Amino acid sequence: MADGAPPLLVTERLSRHYRLPRETVLGAVHTVRALSDVSFTLHAGRNLGIVGESGSGKSTLARLVMALERPDSGSVRFNGQDLAALDASALRRARSGFQMVFQDPYGSLDPRRTVAQTVAEPLAVLHGAGRGEQRERARDVLDAVGLRASDLDKYPHEFSGGQRQRIAIARALITRPQLIVADEPVSALDVSVQAQVLNLMQDLQDRYRVTYLFISHDLAVVDLVCDEVLVLQHGVVVEQGATRAVFARPQHDYTRMLLAAAQPD
Amino acid sequence: MSAPLLSVADLCVTLQTARGPGQALRNVSFELARGETVGLIGESGCGKSITALALMGLLPEGARVSGSIRLEGRELLGLPEREWCGLRGRRIGMVFQEPMTALNPLHTVGHQIAEPLRLHLGLPVAEARRRALQLLERVRVPQAARRLDAYPHQLSGGQRQRVVIAIALACGPDLLIADEPTTALDATVQREVLDLIRELVAERGMGLLLISHNLAVVARAVRQLMVMYGGIVAEAGPTQRVFERLAHPYTRALFKSRPRLGLPRGARLATIPGRVPELVDLPGGCPFADRCERVIGECRTALPPPTAVAVAHLARCIRVHGVGEARDG
Repeated sequence: MADGAPPLLVTERLSRHYRLPRETVLGAVHTVRALSDVSFTLHAGRNLGIVGESGSGKSTLARLVMALERPDSGSVRFNGQDLAALDASALRRARSGFQMVFQDPYGSLDPRRTVAQTVAEPLAVLHGAGRGEQRERARDVLDAVGLRASDLDKYPHEFSGGQRQRIAIARALITRPQLIVADEPVSALDVSVQAQVLNLMQDLQDRYRVTYLFISHDLAVVDLVCDEVLVLQHGVVVEQGATRAVFARPQHDYTRMLLAAAQPD
Repeated sequence: MSAPLLSVADLCVTLQTARGPGQALRNVSFELARGETVGLIGESGCGKSITALALMGLLPEGARVSGSIRLEGRELLGLPEREWCGLRGRRIGMVFQEPMTALNPLHTVGHQIAEPLRLHLGLPVAEARRRALQLLERVRVPQAARRLDAYPHQLSGGQRQRVVIAIALACGPDLLIADEPTTALDATVQREVLDLIRELVAERGMGLLLISHNLAVVARAVRQLMVMYGGIVAEAGPTQRVFERLAHPYTRALFKSRPRLGLPRGARLATIPGRVPELVDLPGGCPFADRCERVIGECRTALPPPTAVAVAHLARCIRVHGVGEARDG
């Protein structure tokens, strides 16, 4: 890490509330606190895992970090830049630095677009790259994720779940981001395919110096991939620190419970 | 000696795919006694769900089936649909993966639990509702009396799966087939739901066929294990022994590729080269041959017969004893 350079990603007291639909026409409006005062620092090269059960706020956190939603309070700073303070075009430019991979490789790829179109889309949008350059770069990233140039003109339905997730990773990779937010990237995959994709993600980290914000309910996966971990329960951080230390000596009951559920007996 | 609860022999299923017929199941044989619990594990496309569908008479249109499925000695293959309807939900209970889609969003939970009671047992509405309440209490849905009139969307995922279990148990089936019953649930809830299923199976002396891709789930829930790959039962035996021995090269490779707590940060997982072939591309011999590190010419000539690894422990691998000796942990 260069001296004086700001950390890759800093969130400060990030909060997000959602309004629930009224139960009756004139009833009170209730809100749910999806995320309350979440602060963390992610340094380049040190993957951060976000763990917690469904409803703990993991995916809300991902959307806030990706600037797909605005926080009700608090801030997200990427390379020192407050994302909420950027205007639309500056935000669009900043987006080439952080990309996302979603859980469901069946839902996250447009079935009517070819692999080339899907993978190159961020380039077209963010850089206004010409068609030739788009195709060239798409071929390069496909190669990096272990797919072939001949796959460029195929459609998503021609691929297995694991291959689709490779396509989604290629799409995230094409802008050469420093950060990839991966929301349960291997949960929908079979065990042996999961191993291939996890290995690939780690290889890409070594090769392209990308850092992952890795959201997962699977503690074993986080243990493998992440240097740091943050445990969320009902939108509140109950524990955070070095993964090895937190998993070896969990301080919070909730972390202990998650670990117990993950231990084979 | 009376016939076992469920006896499957040489079950073969051929499905019509876009690229022609494919053998989805080849010579699947197993028995399931009352009170016995059998787990079926394997990855997508290995045939575990097709096995479940065959046992419920729900195979897709155009499927060709041969072999035998007997429930207490009575042959089920070839039964007319009307008779299957009398078995499903009554003698064979089913729990599916996704409780949100298995339940009808437009009917109350109470109505859906009462439905099989009225349909199969002809109970009057009030009596069926009373029994539905008992069932809901039995599967430990909190505030069961209030939940009876709730709609599925008003319940949590774990509660919905408990409702699905209550429906499956309503008519006191002899055989419970659970296809990925906890996959959509959080790990802590998974455990509670599995424990509930185990408890009910023991209490009612049912036979349980538990289908899962999750080795940890199966390990704690069943006494017998079957590992499927490419439409065959690659390995079958007592759960503990299968886990200790990992006799089939596929079982071994599958176990090695799991991420486990405590692996060094950045470690690469063992992977199985290649990918699961599509149904129509399955080789004639051992379906794992193209990905197996111990393959020899003979593996490709014919489907390997079940070979005894130990008592009641079989593997369809002609090199099974070699694999055992080469065990490297």
